[in-house]
Amino acid sequence: MSRANALDRRAVVRTLLQERGELLVVAGLGAPAWDATAAGDHPLTFPLWGAMGSAAMIGLGLAIAQPARPVLVLTGDGEQLMGLGSLATIGVQRPSNLAVVVLDNEHYGETGMQPTATAAGIDLAAVAAACGFAQSETIRDMAGVEALRPQLQARQGPLFAEIKIAANSPPLALPPRDGGLLKIRFRAALLGPAAALA
Amino acid sequence: MSAREAIDWPADIHAALQAATVRQIAYVPDAGHARLIKLCAADPAMRMVPLTTEEEGIGLAAGAWLGGERAVLLMQSSGVGNCINTLGMVEACRFPLLMLVTMRGEFGEFNPWQVPMGRAAPAVLEAAQVAVHRASEASAVGAIVAGAARLAFSGYQAVAVLLSQQLIGAKSFAK
Repeated sequence: MSRANALDRRAVVRTLLQERGELLVVAGLGAPAWDATAAGDHPLTFPLWGAMGSAAMIGLGLAIAQPARPVLVLTGDGEQLMGLGSLATIGVQRPSNLAVVVLDNEHYGETGMQPTATAAGIDLAAVAAACGFAQSETIRDMAGVEALRPQLQARQGPLFAEIKIAANSPPLALPPRDGGLLKIRFRAALLGPAAALA
Repeated sequence: MSAREAIDWPADIHAALQAATVRQIAYVPDAGHARLIKLCAADPAMRMVPLTTEEEGIGLAAGAWLGGERAVLLMQSSGVGNCINTLGMVEACRFPLLMLVTMRGEFGEFNPWQVPMGRAAPAVLEAAQVAVHRASEASAVGAIVAGAARLAFSGYQAVAVLLSQQLIGAKSFAK
């Protein structure tokens, strides 16, 4: 597959997260969490420093708990491949407010750019479609990314998008590492001060 | 009917989950959980989330907590090993987690393939910083689950209740 026209991951994520409104974000382990941070550290973004394969499931639990808020899971191809079964689990629940967006560079970027299964043609968007996502697409240009942004707010999902991006490593933009802080600030921003007394 | 059979311990678990306002019921089925799963599915305040593998439930429970809801994870002991790396997130973030684990591989087990994971389950959970409680007597199950739920959701701990094979009754393929 030619990667000559693959998109810039930082531009993609900056576009998706601009004017984010009510969006709650889970950012998967590795570069997607750095991309989300580069677009602006935010208390309602929960970046993962571990638990590889769990991003989509965290998004599902959050989407069920907060049906009136749009939830975006922003993760990588390697991370989603480790939690492939979660697409079936989400397909059973069909939460309309959940979007799973995979930034697909077809490589394990944090470990030396080894190819992932998507490099061999494994089609995550087709998997999501087969798992009953209401909408599933592969995006290869910025016009498609621009068109996706309002759909993240529409709550007509579950929505899945695989965005083909370049396999490169932009400068690190790291979120806080303390999981307790990330959890507490997310709950305080979403639920108010009462969250600390729950 | 023996005294043990007279106590409807799955109903006691359901009542404890209800009292703890647990909303999301994540599960990989086990015969030992079959009645509890039915009771939860019939409860309009509970959302059933069947999983493809047990560690999905840890992610779900974390997301539920971020969103202001409580979850429980039901599994058989063979699923404990699947959870280990994901339990690291629970410890790193101090997420509450309530796991109810039906035991295989111990009292009366007929399947040798169930024995290694069943035998290792308590030590593996404790190594992953999960508080482990064991319930062997039907009359004590409800109180143990209620206490585990309080430790999890008010004490912000990862807690597993092991429902022993003596309690559940050893599985057999009757011949």
